[in-house]
Amino acid sequence: MNDALDVAVRLLLVFAAFLVLPLVVGQTEHKVMAHMQGRLGPMYAGGFHGWAQLVADGVKFAQKEDVVPKDADRRVFQLAPAVALLPYLLVLVAIPVGPGDGAVGALVDAGIFFVLAVMGVGVLGSLMAGWASANKFSLLGGLRTAAQLLAYELPMLLAAASVAMAAGTVSLTGVLDAFAWWWVPWQIVGALVFFVAGLAELQRPPFDMPVADSEIIFGAYTEYTGLRFALFLLAEYAGIVVLCGLTTVLFLGGWHGPWGADGLGWLWTLLKTAVLAFVVIWLRVSYPRLREDQLQKLAWTTLVPLALAQIALTGIVKVAIS
Amino acid sequence: MSPNIPGSGLAKGLAVTLRTMTRRSVTAQYPDAQPELPPRSRGVIALFEENCTVCMLCARECPDWCIYIDSHKETVPAAAPGGRERSRNVLDRFAIDFSLCMYCGICIEVCPFDALFWSPEFEYAETDIQELTHERDKLREWMWTVPEPPALDPAAEEPKEIAAARKAAEKAAAQAAAARQQEGPQ
Repeated sequence: MNDALDVAVRLLLVFAAFLVLPLVVGQTEHKVMAHMQGRLGPMYAGGFHGWAQLVADGVKFAQKEDVVPKDADRRVFQLAPAVALLPYLLVLVAIPVGPGDGAVGALVDAGIFFVLAVMGVGVLGSLMAGWASANKFSLLGGLRTAAQLLAYELPMLLAAASVAMAAGTVSLTGVLDAFAWWWVPWQIVGALVFFVAGLAELQRPPFDMPVADSEIIFGAYTEYTGLRFALFLLAEYAGIVVLCGLTTVLFLGGWHGPWGADGLGWLWTLLKTAVLAFVVIWLRVSYPRLREDQLQKLAWTTLVPLALAQIALTGIVKVAIS
Repeated sequence: MSPNIPGSGLAKGLAVTLRTMTRRSVTAQYPDAQPELPPRSRGVIALFEENCTVCMLCARECPDWCIYIDSHKETVPAAAPGGRERSRNVLDRFAIDFSLCMYCGICIEVCPFDALFWSPEFEYAETDIQELTHERDKLREWMWTVPEPPALDPAAEEPKEIAAARKAAEKAAAQAAAARQQEGPQ
């Protein structure tokens, strides 16, 4: 009974974080992007600096008609948003926020494997949407998504593998237990590769070729309306939270802080995640979209060699210190 | 700083956006804060009815014929005994259809009696297009929103009216002085 209650409370907390954090990131994006462009952003919804803008957006989305195109593959079309969103919820369950076994939704021994595999499933949602929409723009977007997934999954996995090598474990809590401050400079290249590849996998600007609105409307999501469209958008922001959380856990030491982690570990995790989320927004505002060939070139000629070099460095240092 | 350092352009881009974020935004929150529009802003056309002589020049010059004028003649009794009766135009209707008006300002340019002015007032949107035809009372009310024209540049030529008045005054003064001189010796 007690166990069941414990599990329920944990899942409830993870679910609450899953609902709240993406919205916080979204609202931050509204405001940060606006100010970086010399604007104010939303100012009316909710009264104080438009804090309720996303709530208002949600209400608007819920009111809209749910349209499925006539020639679309109905089932797949309707299922795609869930496939895009749910994996991030599953990943969030496995991310440890504080020291010890108590501060994680569910302990997964092969945490890194689990997390990366499930995150890969999230991209499937876009592929399904692109294929099932019976629309040429959606199809093009889906194909671009597929190309991007193929190109960026490899450097992401290699960068994560470097951390697993360094820690000697594939468990996320194990990685954090083995962490020491000098890992940050040691793994910095891997961290950059992981973060950039993760951004590309989320199709965030400047890697938003699959949804390039000036070329292919909105890529795989062109035919979506109302709540299903909102779910895709939510998936993007949930993806930001998950990517930043994972980068924090794998490369920035998660709950480790300069003044110890006595009870404030989760705060460090949240703080680091928030800073990374800010960087994600910052990059979106600062850089123009990469062309398709530039995307592929960046992945295959820059990120993959860098990730391999990081693995070599990790191996050398690991042998030297053991 | 050499532009050849790889990534320096990327860093510069990030610096620009970050610097912009720390600056105060210049956004004016319009319905809460009214904009300060300069004189002669093309907001709406105001009618200074008292100056209008119903010469119809504005209505005739209007490219899309959006000015409607009705008038009738009245006879004014002779000012001096034995004089002639004069007839004069009286304005009955002056309306501008702002759904047709293209804000070219030709009517204002062409008015010989300074009866039409640009007003910066712009908040007269309507939900029915027919309500955009504004009659003389409304146009006269807008006259109160016309700001005074900006001052002349420091070294500018003086306005024609003032120059003419000054010349007339000087001439009169000179004549008076000449008349006094002629009287003086006697």
